[in-house]
Amino acid sequence: MNDTRSSVREKAAALSVLIDQYAKELSRPATLMEVCGTHTVNLRKSGIHTMLPSSISLISGPGCPVCVTPSSYIDNALTMIEEYGAVVATFGDMIKVPGTGGRSLSQYMGTEQVKILYSPAELIALAETNERPVVFLGIGFETTIPAIASVFLKASQRGIENLFLYPAFKTVAPALKALLADTERGFDGLLLPGHVSVIIGLEPYRFLEADGGAAGVIMGFEPLDMLEGITVMIKLLLSGENKIRNCYTRAVREEGNRKAREIMDTLLEPADALWRGLGIIPGSGLTLKPEYSRFDAVERFSLPPLSSYEPPGCLCARVIQGKAVPPDCSLFGSFCTPDQPVGPCMVSSEGTCAAYFRYGAAPRTDDKGGKQ
Amino acid sequence: MSVIKLEHGSGGSLSRHLVENIIYPWFKTNRYTALTDGTEIPIDGTPVFTTDTYVVDPPFFPGGDIGMLAVFGTCNDLAVCGAKPLYLSLGFILEEGLLISDLERVLASIKAAVEKAGVAVVTGDTKVVPKGKGGGIYINSSGIGVRLPDTALSPKRIVEGDKLVVSSPLGEHGIAVLAAREKLTVAKTLSSDCRSLFPACRSLLRFGGAVRFLRDATRGGLAAILNEAVTGLDLGLRVEEEQIPVKEKVRTVSDILGLNPLEVANEGVLVAVIDGSRAEEMTARLRTVEGCEDASVVGDVIAEPAGKVVLTTAVGGSRILDFPRGLLLPRIC
Repeated sequence: MNDTRSSVREKAAALSVLIDQYAKELSRPATLMEVCGTHTVNLRKSGIHTMLPSSISLISGPGCPVCVTPSSYIDNALTMIEEYGAVVATFGDMIKVPGTGGRSLSQYMGTEQVKILYSPAELIALAETNERPVVFLGIGFETTIPAIASVFLKASQRGIENLFLYPAFKTVAPALKALLADTERGFDGLLLPGHVSVIIGLEPYRFLEADGGAAGVIMGFEPLDMLEGITVMIKLLLSGENKIRNCYTRAVREEGNRKAREIMDTLLEPADALWRGLGIIPGSGLTLKPEYSRFDAVERFSLPPLSSYEPPGCLCARVIQGKAVPPDCSLFGSFCTPDQPVGPCMVSSEGTCAAYFRYGAAPRTDDKGGKQ
Repeated sequence: MSVIKLEHGSGGSLSRHLVENIIYPWFKTNRYTALTDGTEIPIDGTPVFTTDTYVVDPPFFPGGDIGMLAVFGTCNDLAVCGAKPLYLSLGFILEEGLLISDLERVLASIKAAVEKAGVAVVTGDTKVVPKGKGGGIYINSSGIGVRLPDTALSPKRIVEGDKLVVSSPLGEHGIAVLAAREKLTVAKTLSSDCRSLFPACRSLLRFGGAVRFLRDATRGGLAAILNEAVTGLDLGLRVEEEQIPVKEKVRTVSDILGLNPLEVANEGVLVAVIDGSRAEEMTARLRTVEGCEDASVVGDVIAEPAGKVVLTTAVGGSRILDFPRGLLLPRIC
């Protein structure tokens, strides 16, 4: 076991030397955007942000599902509970997100009205043992959508009538297009999400290789995966080419996971979606196909369309776009903490503000933290 | 099926039956033969007194139950104060409808733990609350121990260069209980590490003043107690992530659930700050104690940054190890 440990440290040190060398050759500052919330957390949790040369900065992108969901979505979830007596089922992180009026689902924690799921597979039993309507809060990216879709297809086969989906799913590629089109673009290269890529493969990223695109590296989530991804990214920047590189080959295949995409495509179809911070992005969401519209909570409960709202002073919308870092926000760490969150980036365990708050305050030591 | 009824708490004949025939026989000894309102206890030395209340949900979980926790938890609080646990009180709050067989299961477990810990239950109380007003069974236990000679434990005695030692692998108790509560099949191979820490404490305290500070890493896990230890001190702690003992299966399940083993509760993990110059021999001695075979030096006391815990990660980066925040929730993706 000690051998493995020391070899991790040695490999990390070797990659760190390469990163230093390429960064020096690049001879200009570079900002790398990690698109995925899990990368945001893992990069800081593993302290990689303290190992990079000062010319290389990391900035977070719109890859935290909770963070890009408009706060009015929470208002509608509360409406389903309070006006229709629905049971709202969700993954844990959504519970503490404040709606536009500041209220969250947490007031129903521990009651029958809110059920935290560990796996969408629990939905079938939950609906079958409940007389009330059961609504699943459908947020997330391609990573989680296939598993959710397969549960609803199963519910359709079993003729379950009290199960509903409130879709606010997002897809990654259209969001990246929107980021590229933004004249205020704040990044030089994109660290692309590993889990999402397992499903979608490389094809949806190919537009990045065109003129006006950006270099992209698909990377895994272990500390060494991320150091390797950053090394390859700086090398790409050095070459000046907008190329996509897959550094997570043990999980991501060129063509992705066709079976999973078929499951998604059977239930859902693309739709315009409202992103917190980014506004409406055409074709960036997924909604129920007409033949499955009976699952649609929006229709069943006549929910109003989502609207944009940000709490006063909260910079989450800019943080999601990589235009601000959490310490830029006057609320960060004082009025907004993981215990008393104001914005979604502080609520979610994948959120940038939460990651900065929890891990980011480590002193950036001159010897770059333990690299002796 | 016999269940606890409200009448068991009324003070009448059923109350008497519960205490005399169901609970008391487990703890009856030659020295304490009469059911009086209080008990005289001989103490030779400086007494140390503590109390703790146990509300674990569910009351039975892999590797333990609320009864075992109530004994070892309170004894461990005494042990990390440098005291040998001697006497316990037990206050039961039972919910109407609790199976008497479940109560007896808890009592049997208490009896076994009491014998293992070498303490005596010398007083107790029982109340019954209406159905829906309690979690089946809650237990309060207070403990009295006697301070071992030559111990002077306090965070104030910590100096730069001291070493931080963790006695046993982290995280298994908290995840086993969470898994039992939420019926998570992914964690079904895990079981609680609940045990008496007095033997571990005593093995270190033989080194007298070289032991600066002891804690059991219960709620909030290692992350919480290290932060509590340095808060307000003019010193900081540096912890080496790769030296922290965590079982592979705990690491895997934590990854799946999005939990951090450093933040999860333990019931059999001792954390010690000890004299750096004697760290090796003291840790070697600790490893001879049952349950502490994986004891490791995991970090040291540093001058800067004061009041903070800095974690050197497996790849050689560094970050702050903060207090755990929020509830244990499953990850979203």
